[in-house]
Amino acid sequence: MADQAVISEREQKILGIIETARGKRAKFRDSQITMAHGAGGKATQTLIEGLFVPVLGGATLAELADAGSISVDGAQLAFTTDSYVVKPLRFPGGSIGELAVNGTVNDLAVAGARPLALTLSLVLEEGLAADDLRAEVEAIAAAARVAEVQIVAGDTKVVERGHADGMYICTSGIGQRDARASLSPAALEPGDRILLSGSIGEHGTAIMLARGEFELEAPIVSDTRSLWPAVDALLAAVGPHVRCMRDATRGGVASVLNELARASSVAMIVREAAIPVAPAVAGAAEILGIDPMYVANEGKMVVFVAAEAADEALQALRSVDGCENAAEIGEVRTEPPGMVLVETSFGGRRVMDQLVGDPLPRIC
Amino acid sequence: MRFVDEFRDAELGRAVAGEILSLVEPGRHYKVMEVCGGHTHSIYKYGIDDLLPANVELVHGPGCPVCVIPMGRVDDGIALAHVEGVIFTCFGDMMRVPGANGSLLEAKAAGADVRMVYSPLDALRIAKQNPDREVVFFAIGFETTAPSTALTLKRARAEGVKNFSCMCSHVTIVPPLRALLESPDLRLDGFIGPGHVSTVVGARPFEFIPADYGKPVAIAGFEPLDILQAIAMVLRQLAEGRCEVENQYKRVVPYEGNLRALEVMAEVFELRPHFEWRGLGFISHSGLKLSAAYADLDAELRFEVPGVRVADPKACQCGEVLKGVIKPWECKVFGTACTPERPIGTCMVSSEGACAAYYNYGRFAREREVV
Repeated sequence: MADQAVISEREQKILGIIETARGKRAKFRDSQITMAHGAGGKATQTLIEGLFVPVLGGATLAELADAGSISVDGAQLAFTTDSYVVKPLRFPGGSIGELAVNGTVNDLAVAGARPLALTLSLVLEEGLAADDLRAEVEAIAAAARVAEVQIVAGDTKVVERGHADGMYICTSGIGQRDARASLSPAALEPGDRILLSGSIGEHGTAIMLARGEFELEAPIVSDTRSLWPAVDALLAAVGPHVRCMRDATRGGVASVLNELARASSVAMIVREAAIPVAPAVAGAAEILGIDPMYVANEGKMVVFVAAEAADEALQALRSVDGCENAAEIGEVRTEPPGMVLVETSFGGRRVMDQLVGDPLPRIC
Repeated sequence: MRFVDEFRDAELGRAVAGEILSLVEPGRHYKVMEVCGGHTHSIYKYGIDDLLPANVELVHGPGCPVCVIPMGRVDDGIALAHVEGVIFTCFGDMMRVPGANGSLLEAKAAGADVRMVYSPLDALRIAKQNPDREVVFFAIGFETTAPSTALTLKRARAEGVKNFSCMCSHVTIVPPLRALLESPDLRLDGFIGPGHVSTVVGARPFEFIPADYGKPVAIAGFEPLDILQAIAMVLRQLAEGRCEVENQYKRVVPYEGNLRALEVMAEVFELRPHFEWRGLGFISHSGLKLSAAYADLDAELRFEVPGVRVADPKACQCGEVLKGVIKPWECKVFGTACTPERPIGTCMVSSEGACAAYYNYGRFAREREVV
């Protein structure tokens, strides 16, 4: 229709205002910290880009990668840290100790670095059963053995009863950058393919159900595992063609895609039908009113790879334990920059936006 | 998932989309309002807009129970949540809705004990588990959620739970629709009727829309195929010059509604003389409060509630947007004073509101039209 094809001056102006507002660096103006600041969405981004990066400074930090790069006498190292505050401490498929190893190992792995060593900080609550602590230390040791990393230093603090939910764990990790990788999140190019290393939403859903707040039971276990074997296989097969990898933890796959679309100023198109989701996860998400694309994973990564290497990369991934369901889910495009679009299985398209806060269920 | 996948089948969807295309008159612009926020959600989730011809426009209606709660009531809720010893419970998406002084999420961060529940029965359970605390349930929603609140209050009474009360902000669907239809500048051709509400009230209460205002209605379910079919039904009525209430959601919605649910509601609730709607102002007999028989469970009587009244900002034109009179970008404050981060009106509060959707996706929608 003619009146629609022409954008009025007023509308054009408004679109301009929105565009300018979007392009501005986030300002941290909130008066206090809310749970939304920890949810991995817009509020988290505001905190990082509006407070941490400008105040702490430094080019490496500003890259906002999963692990920072440091170079020591020619050796290329990756360095990262992460805290674990999961409740309950043990859940189907894993426990806080196992998570604390795998999570940090994965931040190194997706940065293209072979994990070498971790430090371990424990914040323990007064009254924590010694057996629970012992079980977690053993879980840490076992996960470290599997991931082939050493725990090389540690620290312990105890806080009064009522704090720290039993225990909090912080691990820092160091790894050696793999020479086969040449990663850069800002270098995504139109045509690049988006791969997912397996089915999504399992960790977050398992935790939600394990909290027992819903009278809902389902055979869903956390997917916590080291991603280094998958990264290793990928780099061996198509190393120079891998543009970027991210583990899709808090905020899920949707948050990773949005972050990178913004960083590279590209668009992404994702085919909903191609996204692997286990039926039990899809069912639980449907009942709880939550989209699995925003649910946390602890052993899944998103991989961006040059189109010509996509098939080979997929083969390599699928040969690794835990990645049998790896799939190509979409590709990088030019327009509209900074946005992630979904081709729904019903045949329509929609925008897959960044989370504003915690994914809260809708009432209707 | 069995029994659901059929209603998400892309091929069937394309067939109905083809039917819709055959029903529209070239050169005529159609505006169809989906009344219910649940429909708006499905429309975004499945990209249903994409399957419609450019001259069929969906207008998002006033049926998002979270967005219509006025700022003053959110502030009242926050005040209650801050009362010493109170555990304040509410549905998840209510926690993010801003009042004049922040949201319940922010109140939680500031130390109030605010907890998300999936059902009023969860709130009652929390009351039983914490006998030394007062548990308040912030009851919101249309006739869809009101029966579950009513049943919970009956159970609280039967079990003698003394530390449970309810801040009732339930609303009814017909009065706001009538208010919209009464406005002389309304530009709507038909309505997709609210499926969930209709499971309770039935199809009968919507008969006034064709009878008094000459607009067709199709009550619809929430799967993408349901919505497409209902759009086709409305367009077919327009094409054939018919005007009636049709029921696309017969598998769930009986014409007379759910009589048991209506009985329970009649016992536990009574109509407020008027209730304020965000963006629409005061509407007579549009809100529910606890009946005299249940007054002892009314949080607004049990506690001192400030009764905050925050006028909708004068510049806000949500009413006009809802009536389809103006587009979001034509509102005076859109994109400047009113943004998703700092919303003024109801249409910007929820990500599914017409203004928030345009703010976030408008540019994309434009590109789609040009293609």
